[in-house]
Amino acid sequence: MSPLAGYLILSAFLFSIGLAGALTRRNAIIVLIGIELMLNAANLNFIAFWRFSEHPEALTGIMFVIFSIGVAAAEAAVGLALIIAIYRHYKTTNVDEVNSLKG
Amino acid sequence: MNVVFAIIAVVTIAAGVAAMSLRNLVHCALALTVAFAGLAAAYLQLGAQFVGFTQILVYIGAVAILIVFAILLTRGSEPAQQPIISSGWIAGVAVAVIVLAVLVYAIGKSSIRDSKVPPAAEVTVRQIGDALMNKFVLPLEVVGLLLTAALIGAVIIAMKEEKK
Repeated sequence: MSPLAGYLILSAFLFSIGLAGALTRRNAIIVLIGIELMLNAANLNFIAFWRFSEHPEALTGIMFVIFSIGVAAAEAAVGLALIIAIYRHYKTTNVDEVNSLKG
Repeated sequence: MNVVFAIIAVVTIAAGVAAMSLRNLVHCALALTVAFAGLAAAYLQLGAQFVGFTQILVYIGAVAILIVFAILLTRGSEPAQQPIISSGWIAGVAVAVIVLAVLVYAIGKSSIRDSKVPPAAEVTVRQIGDALMNKFVLPLEVVGLLLTAALIGAVIIAMKEEKK
């Protein structure tokens, strides 16, 4: 097995773990953590393909990951603010109990 | 396939599983920090130093702290004996396992399974800065605008509601 395949399989495992957590856990913060894991798995794919590509001097993989980290930081900030607002309103972070839009 | 990669992979996957399966939320956040550190080590191992240190700064330094703050701010109302996974967990786990099986099958069938390793490229921070300021300057501005808008929006969302 080549190193590229090894990194891709590691990334696939991380993505599946994050997906399983995001789909099964009841706490909204853990769901957000699962989404962060999935984003990081995608970033690992970008870096692995960049490292083992024919033209690594083009820097495209690194650039994509830098911008992806920036967008993920914005996503985490807004997501956690939403969770805090929901907690203030419903007094819970359990996603199974937050099931009405008008509250 | 060397020893360093094996250690990084085992630590990262174990930390990811712990982050998704522990009952105590603070333990989950700490396990997530270990997973982020493992990914940063993987980036360094792949020769992407700048991205590795960015990962440490942004994820371990900012996102993990933010998650810990959110956990501490929203704790206290949770009954201790509630199950931590939702009722439809079998479907969720089945979807995740199917996704994993498809990904591993695709990787195993593709030609990258025995591709050759090209020589590592020297990438300096100067090159990255040059690329950011010349070729990628418009995306950089857009990301700056996005971050500003997201942070203002986060503050407004989390602000206390006015009593009517």
